Amino acid sequence: MNHLLIAPILLPAIVAPFIIMVLRYHIDLKRIFSTASTVGIALISLALAIQAADGTVQVYELGNWPAPFGIVLVLDRLSAMMIVLTAVLALAVLLYAIGTGWDARGANFHALFQFQLMGIIGAFLTGDAFNLFVFFEVLLIASYGLMIHAGGARRFQAGVQYVVYNLLGSTLFLFALGTLYAVTGTLNMADLAVRVAELPAEDTALLRVGAMLLLLVFAIKAAVLPLHFWLPASYANAPLPVAALFAIMTKVGAYAILRVYTLVFGPEVEVTAGLAGDWLLPAALITLAVGAIGILGAREIGRLMAFGAISSMGTLLTAVALFTPEAVAAALYYTVHSTLAAALLFLIADMVMERQGGEIAAKPVMAQSGLIAALFFAGAIALAGMPPLSGFIGKLLVMDAARGHDLVWWIWGVILVSSLVTIIGLARAGSLIFWKSHGLSPQTHTVDKGATPPPVQATSSNSALPFVACFGLLAALILLTILAGPMMSYAEATAAQLFAPDAYLETVLERAGK
Amino acid sequence: MSLFLIAALPFLGAVFPALLIRAGRNASASAAGLTTFLAFAGLLLHAPAVFSGEVITARFDWLPGLGLNANFFLDGLGFLFATLILGIGLLIILYARFYLSREDPMGQFYTYLLLFQGAMVGIVLSDNILLLLIFWELTSLSSFLLIGYWKHLPEGRQGARMALTITGSGGLAMIGGMLILGHIAGSYDLSVILQNKDLIQASPLYLPALILILIGCFTKSAQFPFHFWLPHAMAAPTPVSAYLHSATMVKAGLFLMARMWPVLAGTPEWFYIVATTGLVTMALGAVIALFKDDLKGLLAFSTVSHLGLITMLLGFGTKLAAVIAVFHIINHATFKAALFMSAGIVDHEAHTRDIKRLGGLRHLMPVTFTIALVAALSMAGIPPFNGFLSKEMMLEETVHTVWAGSHYFVPGLALIAALFSAAYSFRFIVHVFFGPKRDDYPGHPHDPGAGLWLAPAALITLVILIGLFSAKLAGPLVAVAAGAVIGGGELPYYSLKLWHGFTPALYMSIVAVAGGALLLAAHGPVMRAWNAAPRPEAKVIFDAVMEALARLAKGITDGLHNGAITRYGAIMVAFTLALGWYAYESGTTGPATRALQAIEPIPALGWLSLVLATLMIVARHRNRLLALILVGVVGLVVSMSFNYLSAPDLALTQLSVEVVTIVLMLLALNFMPKETPVETPALTRLRDGAIAVVAGIGSGGLIYALMMRDFAAPPISEFHLANSYKGGGGTNVVNVILVDFRGFDTFGEIIVLGIAAMVIYALTEAVLGSRVRAYLLNRKPDLPQAGDAHPMMMVVATRVMMPLALMIAAYIFFRGHNLPGGGFIAGLIAAIAVIMQYMASGFSWTSERQRFYYHGIIGSGVLIAAATGIGAWFNDLPFLTSAFGYLHWPPLNEFEWATAALFDLGVFLAVVGAVLLALESLSRFAWQPGISSEHAMDINPARDDEPKKENEV
Repeated sequence: MNHLLIAPILLPAIVAPFIIMVLRYHIDLKRIFSTASTVGIALISLALAIQAADGTVQVYELGNWPAPFGIVLVLDRLSAMMIVLTAVLALAVLLYAIGTGWDARGANFHALFQFQLMGIIGAFLTGDAFNLFVFFEVLLIASYGLMIHAGGARRFQAGVQYVVYNLLGSTLFLFALGTLYAVTGTLNMADLAVRVAELPAEDTALLRVGAMLLLLVFAIKAAVLPLHFWLPASYANAPLPVAALFAIMTKVGAYAILRVYTLVFGPEVEVTAGLAGDWLLPAALITLAVGAIGILGAREIGRLMAFGAISSMGTLLTAVALFTPEAVAAALYYTVHSTLAAALLFLIADMVMERQGGEIAAKPVMAQSGLIAALFFAGAIALAGMPPLSGFIGKLLVMDAARGHDLVWWIWGVILVSSLVTIIGLARAGSLIFWKSHGLSPQTHTVDKGATPPPVQATSSNSALPFVACFGLLAALILLTILAGPMMSYAEATAAQLFAPDAYLETVLERAGK
Repeated sequence: MSLFLIAALPFLGAVFPALLIRAGRNASASAAGLTTFLAFAGLLLHAPAVFSGEVITARFDWLPGLGLNANFFLDGLGFLFATLILGIGLLIILYARFYLSREDPMGQFYTYLLLFQGAMVGIVLSDNILLLLIFWELTSLSSFLLIGYWKHLPEGRQGARMALTITGSGGLAMIGGMLILGHIAGSYDLSVILQNKDLIQASPLYLPALILILIGCFTKSAQFPFHFWLPHAMAAPTPVSAYLHSATMVKAGLFLMARMWPVLAGTPEWFYIVATTGLVTMALGAVIALFKDDLKGLLAFSTVSHLGLITMLLGFGTKLAAVIAVFHIINHATFKAALFMSAGIVDHEAHTRDIKRLGGLRHLMPVTFTIALVAALSMAGIPPFNGFLSKEMMLEETVHTVWAGSHYFVPGLALIAALFSAAYSFRFIVHVFFGPKRDDYPGHPHDPGAGLWLAPAALITLVILIGLFSAKLAGPLVAVAAGAVIGGGELPYYSLKLWHGFTPALYMSIVAVAGGALLLAAHGPVMRAWNAAPRPEAKVIFDAVMEALARLAKGITDGLHNGAITRYGAIMVAFTLALGWYAYESGTTGPATRALQAIEPIPALGWLSLVLATLMIVARHRNRLLALILVGVVGLVVSMSFNYLSAPDLALTQLSVEVVTIVLMLLALNFMPKETPVETPALTRLRDGAIAVVAGIGSGGLIYALMMRDFAAPPISEFHLANSYKGGGGTNVVNVILVDFRGFDTFGEIIVLGIAAMVIYALTEAVLGSRVRAYLLNRKPDLPQAGDAHPMMMVVATRVMMPLALMIAAYIFFRGHNLPGGGFIAGLIAAIAVIMQYMASGFSWTSERQRFYYHGIIGSGVLIAAATGIGAWFNDLPFLTSAFGYLHWPPLNEFEWATAALFDLGVFLAVVGAVLLALESLSRFAWQPGISSEHAMDINPARDDEPKKENEV
């Protein structure tokens, strides 16, 4: 029994209450422990990824109860990749939040942050459908807390919508699980797969309803149109570093779709045929288009980034919805890219927001304008999927994988036109924020020196740390580009593993015999 | 030098100028120059090999799965372009050093320039079309930075965005085209694609691929109707214009057409699309150029025209035309870069480039005049300069070209273009340098230092030398580059010389030059007529389109996301219903396997009251207190139903949850209006009502269908029933599931509960830290308050009940493993015991007596649960593996111990902490100064002091 499997869940689950209990008033200590825990998670997940890289599937039976009767954690290439991604992202966001002092603007940031990580990582590792629900709840409730961190009327208003919408989603999740259990009598995903495959073909309607409801739950999480309405306002009004962390949350939805619709309701399972691809692909394309339109139509930088997140989910889900190994490999590459890119952009948006407010308009030149502009340019390239960053490769991979599909022209067309709209929108925003400010009436230059400078908050002692975080993310994107070859071999191996779930099923269920 | 290094050098070197600018402008410029020089030298080292016909390659597998590989090759065409890019790049770096003023951030300039240069070199050396695409889009991006370099100028920003939009969209179209092309050829490697002419041209996808690729080329090379971005890109500093619009960016489209020529050219589609576009562009550009008063605007449209010329030649599809195209690329690059630079010098010295404000500069700026004169005459097609050579060859070629049966269409338009071309070239000279000296120049024009004129002087030297010794100087380069364009095979016969005899082309040239001179003579009236004529202004249209797009996008976005959660929810539910129904409809339903049970009268009564309560909530939900009471009824009936349906654990849990929830909600209600206002129109409510009814029927129907059927396979709960006592040590299966079989779920859920309480706490903290606090402090109750807030009877009763309730909690806790109960229910009961004290004696009094910090209680609960789970590691068992045994301690009866109880203790603590933290947080809203009383009730039973007045504020 490899206890390392549960370590990335337990570590934050222990550090968080420790922070609450013991480090109540010591922001420095909280920062130290929170960072240490996140670094620890990163190291553990790296170790797990190395273990998973050779294709072995590991299972951890909680309470020593065999699957499907107890809960199991399962580590395969996909879950390993996702937790490494989570840890890397979390580290960058945490450093940023500490550096800007965001973490001190409300109660319990670090505890909630750790719980949030626990929920996300748990969702990636669990092999049990109900346990997935539990981790969804953990990550959601922690995200509510992080979302309203530091308060403010608009944030609360958006927070209420976020909570209400996700409660609807959670209710739906319970309906889905209830239906699936009532039909199959099991909750373990591997066991579900086995039982679904053996289901009589003349009684499929109820199972199909359950499978569809589950897909809808994940689609809500993944912000697929028309189930994305929770996202724009909440991401735009959340503390933007938190929104950066949320970049991984939509991926949880995409992950769950991938997991369940390859393992349990795979493409070759007849009883659930036609549930996913048929509507998900058009919906994903519309998501992409609406996201791009939103980027062009946004008048506030937070909202712009929120729609950027939506559009990248559109591209990602387009690939997922193809449900072929090539497309899934492309989707996995794009997942890594879009998570890092979206996070980077939210952090940059926060830098702008802290210095000159959220409106996309020319204001007096802000502090460190040059560096931030450079970061914005790089981030925009990543988001729009322009070379030389990984977004371009990801986009090419997705388009390449779509070749041969009936809707290939639609897919290519929507991806390319959306890219154009995104470019126009980002160029517009960037030139307003970073360039036009230099063209403001020439007096401002002279007046500026004497008059009060624009409020520059929270760039106190650790002002380098936010840039370290941003450039770290950018470096990760560059690495992802340069190492596209090895990365794609991993993604392809992962996709292969997903589409040949026998090893997974055997590992999880074989032990049941003992 | 490796091709990798040549391509990478500009990118690597791009770092230095931006850094070294702190060491001075010369350091910065030298770094840029040295980088370029190194790359250029590296390139020239390959010259002997290239001229001997070798193709130098460098390959690296980057992403073989996709076919995207870092493969480079250097053949004649690549060599020609790389020479132009790096060679002219060197001159530009020199020129820019003296052109830019002290206020301009020179470090940035050279960095952008090198990035752009690297992208261009990458394009011309790529052996992989996906790699080429990367560099292609990079040129769009880096030129965006260059064009917008003067970021304080609106023209610069707008020009940059326009250029990015147009060339970027072309690039995107090209992505599609290249993917198709690679699909047809089965490889993205150019060297493979170039071998598959027949395959590609026979494919049904040839036309889509061709069109998409050509859109990319045309946008980049500013072909009609995408030409309009180029003049607006002139807002950039002149070195940028000179570089981008003579030798590099705009030539990228030409390069690609030349590169793809062997496989794409030669079909009627190619001819009619490419040649016609080129022809129209050539004529149109030449005509417009004549009427531009801005020097750079004139040059911009002349560039458009010359690009059209080259495009047309490539479009002809004949080998000879391709050779001429290559030759003209060289010539145009030399004279046009020189012209831009001299225009820049004029601008730099006279502080204007408006032709109307210039004139008579030939005496003031003799050096500049000489340079401009030679370059402009070459552009006009006057011998012996190089422009004449290629232009005459072009005219000759048009004569032999038949367009849709017409022998005169192509040469006719070409002649018009040549005529206007001569005219605007003459105008560039005559209106700027000739004429009387003026005394109203904005600046003091004089020749600049050598730094500025050296670079264009070098170029016009080439203009002259190539014109005179074309076969010797340019011949080999043209041959080897044209050889690459036509893709192997014999070069057609041609000769690069000034005198070809009395050919039709010569007559056409004479007509063009003479006509051009006449046109210039009549320039005044013609100009007035032109200005009077209505014509579309591309920028206005473009801006309007962009503005409309942005407004449309905003309209769509804001219209779709109007912020109404009711609508979001309605869409979600409706969508779920539709897809759920689709899933159900597309499946098959087997017969029901269970029979309906008879309905007993008493439970039926309960359910009837449930239905009634629900209906009443719908009818009276605007009265919030009433709605809350009715919700309580619902909860109660649900609890009883659980009990009736043999789920006592659930019933107990539900009951205690109900109590806690109602108390918390009552507390919250205290701060809210008593009535819910009507916020939506009746129609919306009707819509929502309809959706709700359908959703209710849907979920009811689903549950009914599920309950009427057995499991398809034995459910896992059978295992739980069988192993609860044997493996879990408890006879209450529900509790064993909670703390053992699925203890990990419980572990997660207590964390959820704890976080929920923390969120409530954080929320109150944030709210109380805002302006809301003032509102709360000044809040007047809208209804009369009870006279005694803390009635004695209640205080006494709750004091008595507290130990009793705690006893019950303990009892419930300990029996949980075997009988209905457990940590969760016990925690709720214990919390209720404390809540009663809050209710009876008030928040302040109770808080003062609270010893434990609720956050800490939650934390300890989670930690105890985690520690219990980790304990199993010491036996090398997985997390949460339970252990149990039996102890006999006389005089007690034998009793069971189980680690699960410890876990349950964690659950208990987390629940207590969470509930109380939530309550405490919400209570803080009610705090007002003076509210606290040192007594537990409103009167002091001991009467040893005066009753304290209630706070009267």
